[in-house]
Amino acid sequence: MDKVLEMRAITKQFPRVLANDRVDFDLNYGEIHALVGENGSGKSTLMNILYGLYQSDSGEIFVRGKKVDIHEPRVAIDLRIGMVFQHFMLVEPLTVAENIVLGSELRKGPFLDTKRAIQEVEDLSNRYGLRIDPRARIDDLSVGLQQRVEILKALYRGAEILILDEPTAVLTPQEVEDLFKVLLSLKEQGTSIVFITHKIKEVLAVSDRVSVLRRGRKIGTKATAETNEQDLAEMMVGRVVLLNVEKEPAKPGAEVLRIENLTVKDQFGQEKVRGVDLSVRSGEVLGIAGVEGNGQSELVEAIAGLQKAAGGKIFLGEQEITNWSPLRIREAGFGMVPEDRHRRGLVLDYSVADNLILGLHGKKPFVHYGMWRDDKAVYANAEEIIEQYDIRPPVATQPARSLSGGNQQKIVVGREFTQNPRLLICAQPTRGVDVGAIEFIHQQVIAQRDQGAAVLLVSAELDEIFSLSDRIAVMYNGQIVSVMPAAEVTEHKLGFLMLGGRLEDYEAHEVSGNAKQD
Amino acid sequence: MGDILALLFNTAVFAAALRMATPLIFAALGGIFSERSGVVNIALEGMMLIGSFTAMFVSHHTGMPWMGVLGAVLAGLIVGLLHAVFCIRYRANQVVVGTAINIFAGGLTVFLLRYYFGAAGTSPSVATVSDITIPIISQIPWIGRIIGRQNPLVYLAILAVVAAHIVIYKTSWGLRLRAVGEHPRAADTVGVNVYRMRYLAVALSGALAGLGGTYLSIAHLSRFSEGMTAGRGFIALAAVIFGKWTPFGALGACLFFGYADALQMRLQDVGVPTQFMNMLPYVLTMVALAGFIGKSVGPKAAGEPYIKG
Repeated sequence: MDKVLEMRAITKQFPRVLANDRVDFDLNYGEIHALVGENGSGKSTLMNILYGLYQSDSGEIFVRGKKVDIHEPRVAIDLRIGMVFQHFMLVEPLTVAENIVLGSELRKGPFLDTKRAIQEVEDLSNRYGLRIDPRARIDDLSVGLQQRVEILKALYRGAEILILDEPTAVLTPQEVEDLFKVLLSLKEQGTSIVFITHKIKEVLAVSDRVSVLRRGRKIGTKATAETNEQDLAEMMVGRVVLLNVEKEPAKPGAEVLRIENLTVKDQFGQEKVRGVDLSVRSGEVLGIAGVEGNGQSELVEAIAGLQKAAGGKIFLGEQEITNWSPLRIREAGFGMVPEDRHRRGLVLDYSVADNLILGLHGKKPFVHYGMWRDDKAVYANAEEIIEQYDIRPPVATQPARSLSGGNQQKIVVGREFTQNPRLLICAQPTRGVDVGAIEFIHQQVIAQRDQGAAVLLVSAELDEIFSLSDRIAVMYNGQIVSVMPAAEVTEHKLGFLMLGGRLEDYEAHEVSGNAKQD
Repeated sequence: MGDILALLFNTAVFAAALRMATPLIFAALGGIFSERSGVVNIALEGMMLIGSFTAMFVSHHTGMPWMGVLGAVLAGLIVGLLHAVFCIRYRANQVVVGTAINIFAGGLTVFLLRYYFGAAGTSPSVATVSDITIPIISQIPWIGRIIGRQNPLVYLAILAVVAAHIVIYKTSWGLRLRAVGEHPRAADTVGVNVYRMRYLAVALSGALAGLGGTYLSIAHLSRFSEGMTAGRGFIALAAVIFGKWTPFGALGACLFFGYADALQMRLQDVGVPTQFMNMLPYVLTMVALAGFIGKSVGPKAAGEPYIKG
């Protein structure tokens, strides 16, 4: 008996989709089993069934060889199954210790034994090397630390089977590495782990086996050692996927964006962008790499007119556009894929068609005489972009909320790109988007470049920076550390600069390092 | 000038402040329990009114005022459960349900009053919970004249504040209560029964509001009169917000509002209109909500029905 968990022929029908269609899944003792698939392929549903949040319509679950009926989370907890959710299940005003013991409190009579709770959390965090202050309030912690609390929560309940639902989606690259170390050490101590993701690199980095779901069906299970990136991408998408964008060398033309000594302050008067100079030319992609929170968002919003520039100048072509209104900047030939599509890019409760005319909603041909809306034109526009950008399902009247992340992003991309802007900003253009859609969006970015747009790309994904950029800039602590031709940059060098290292130091270090090797 | 100072620090005014605050304190504690569990309770007013009526009614029939207190608590609890069923089970809009209960309570008490006592306006006089003197404390100068001789319900209100603080912050039930009102799904995923917590909290809320109503009809006065809560349920709600959803914070707010109430009679002589003092609680609540005295942020999930799965 080497299987700690077996799920057989799990089927779950939701009102509109068959989320799981006779899915089999098993987990060995002490392994990391990656569960991958595009958004909406049924990964989370399957694990929510295992944790008792959903009930399956049919199928059986065996835990440690025994058939079980998990009808609520309590049962899963008692079976030593723990789950770390993508959207954390933490009560923000409470402390770390309080969150960890919630539901299984240590008590003295009816009273909470806070002292012992803190002690136990400390013991636990020492045992697994997950350092945390048990007295800290959740809302004072970084996302990475909050996730740590989630893992400790499961371990506190004695979890031997740990499910992590897209744990890396919210983490910075550094935090992802820390998480992987934690997972490997948990595995060594005997924990069996299910790791849900749609990022293939992560699968290859930590898992022992991998199962692929596509549209609610299991496509297959393989030993990670016997598969590769290309193979997994094809299993996920169901066709051949180009992981690297094919592109010609850039043919840069005239300067389109020029930024001179730009300073942006946040609401508390803190400088987030500190004297940035930047130039992007027509027909090239300039990628800005950097750990999130180093001023990229503020830089982008200042260019778009969404935040005030405290100092410096921004030029679009010959024209100075500093602190113009967002609409006026757009009309001057600017388009943007914002980093948070829910907050800036879409009105989730509006239809796909209405989302596709945001920003153009007061213009011909969608409006006549400045007041009469022309539904025919709105829908014609929608049909065209839906077709061209392969937005699925292809229904213009559906609210944007009901689409998957990838297709929501295609709405934004389609709307912005079809305007053929002179300057195009793409901020985290493929965040939370699945492999097939990433491929598509990347191709579209390059197509825009080749049509002569100046593209400013901001991304926390190094792969994305590398595969799209012609030049790469690194942003650290509100400043542009350096701008280099993409060909001269290695991942290692970029990582060094992103963490605040100086280019001179890197080169000196490289030289001495090479000397030693000799 | 000296007259006004003497008035402001008059022990009789302080003692009266404590009495005026008592019904507010009970109701505010009720509001805290309900909102902490994630259910908005603007029905405090109606629950108090029904408590007031029931206390009078039971006291009238049994001649035992403490039976009246018990009756009011039970009546409040039942109305609380009614609120809970609509808000939790049927996921109705909590503000609408609360408003409906307030209107219902106003109509029901008037109807019952006329039905049983025929008289319009007020009930006959009934037996009341009478004041007690605390032996040693009453001898202390100044303080003794404020807290040395009071109604037992006044003392009970202060004890209830301490008890509520302990329950909310020191027990596992309180931890679960706070979690359920902030992030019910998080509580659910660690095996806490969200619905049960909310039913208990809202029922308790009703019981406390009923207790607050008791004080008005069989301690402060000895009769029930139509609409006698006169907005105190809403002032209690204001105290909940002003006190940042904590028992001691709400106590402070209630004492302050009670003080303003006690002062208003006397200030009229100096020429300050009653209406000015009456609007004070609401003005202060708006100030608190606008964030002038530190931001007052309530439980995040308050007002949202929880849907499992």
